[in-house]
Amino acid sequence: MRITQGCFSFLPDLTDEQIRDQVEYILSREWAVGIEFTDEPHPRNTYWEMWGHPMFDLKDAKGAMMELDECRKAHGDAYIRINAFDSTRGWETVMMSFIVNRPSREPTFRSWRQEVDGRSIRYTHEMVG
Amino acid sequence: MTSRAGGCLPPAPPEGIFETEKGWVMDDAAPVTVDLKAEYESSGVREILDELDRELIGLAPVKERIRETAALLLVDRARRQMGLAHETPTLHMSFTGNPGTGKTTVALKMAGLLHRLGYVRKGHLVSVTRDDLVGQYIGHTAPKTKEVLKKAMGGVLFIDEAYYLYKPDNERDYGQEAIEILLQVMENNRDDLVVIMAGYADRMDRFFAANPGFRSRIAHHIEFPDYSDEELERISAAMLAGQGYVMDAGGRTAMTEYVRLRREQPHFANARSIRNALDRARLRQANRLFSGAGVVDAKTLSTITEADIRASRVFSGGLDIDGSRRKDLP
Repeated sequence: MRITQGCFSFLPDLTDEQIRDQVEYILSREWAVGIEFTDEPHPRNTYWEMWGHPMFDLKDAKGAMMELDECRKAHGDAYIRINAFDSTRGWETVMMSFIVNRPSREPTFRSWRQEVDGRSIRYTHEMVG
Repeated sequence: MTSRAGGCLPPAPPEGIFETEKGWVMDDAAPVTVDLKAEYESSGVREILDELDRELIGLAPVKERIRETAALLLVDRARRQMGLAHETPTLHMSFTGNPGTGKTTVALKMAGLLHRLGYVRKGHLVSVTRDDLVGQYIGHTAPKTKEVLKKAMGGVLFIDEAYYLYKPDNERDYGQEAIEILLQVMENNRDDLVVIMAGYADRMDRFFAANPGFRSRIAHHIEFPDYSDEELERISAAMLAGQGYVMDAGGRTAMTEYVRLRREQPHFANARSIRNALDRARLRQANRLFSGAGVVDAKTLSTITEADIRASRVFSGGLDIDGSRRKDLP
């Protein structure tokens, strides 16, 4: 099942040139670029593994693209995303996040329905395969 | 099959050139001619070279070399536009010269020049020394060097006193690791950054002799000569003017003598020595005014007099850093 999280995830996968242009946009807004990866794309798993430090003082997208290449080399069969962090006071949050790498075979999710407290229903989603 | 017979097509414009509201523009296809003079004007190269001429006193051979380099890059760019060349030329440089001869300042201008010509994308200058590249323990150097390289991407990496990277007496020195990463990036990322290595001439020569990899990857060697006495005097006047001060006639005479004496003394660093001397002269001027009359006018506040410069230790034999002179006294 194709995982749809963050920006652009309903579009076809971004090419490296498109990723570079997005990073240029991030840098033009003076946001920090962070690279994260995981093998567990469950929507509740918000904390992915960090690849190196967030890059706060880049001038050119090439620096981030080099790190992305390194990360792909090491975790080519994992999900990798690029986060843009705005450190200005009042925001201090991720402004943009998009997936830049997917495993060859993506997992699916199964929904569990459970009756509790009489007629109330609880749902949970389990990652399978 | 559709008809491709001629006759109904409008006359073709000159190949690769189109007229728009903004005038004649060239598209990506190879143009027929390139007007080098117009390119020189429109790319802003002229502006940078004029700035260099105006702001830097002396350094005639350096300016000449930069003008030559600019011409080479301009022609090379024209050749690429015409499809005559495809390779990015090697742009890594070495600046050799004594301290205080303007290497960093020129590197900053060089970054601007390369940016205007489109050889680097962003045109910023990242200035580093050994400490920024080499780590303190095993496994510390590579991430540190890569961090610096990432920041320098799209601009110019200026390595001051580059010969400190290589310490021949210690084969386990981590500098070697930084050198290897640098060499790799200088080769593989020629489109992304330009490396300028700077330092004293003799030590840089030894550094290049011991690391032939750098020698072959650096195309432009620019030598920075020492300033003449007359140039240093003009520099001192320009520095003071920049801070809103002037020297009176007595001050100028004292400065002339100061430059002559200072050159003979150890640790002479050209323009940097002059800047430090002027900083101290301003300190003395402030003290003189403060301990003297209580009421001062604008002219007094911004004039450096003979007394402010004459009080320097340079006139009484100079600094005695290692205390050797005292021992010689009877």
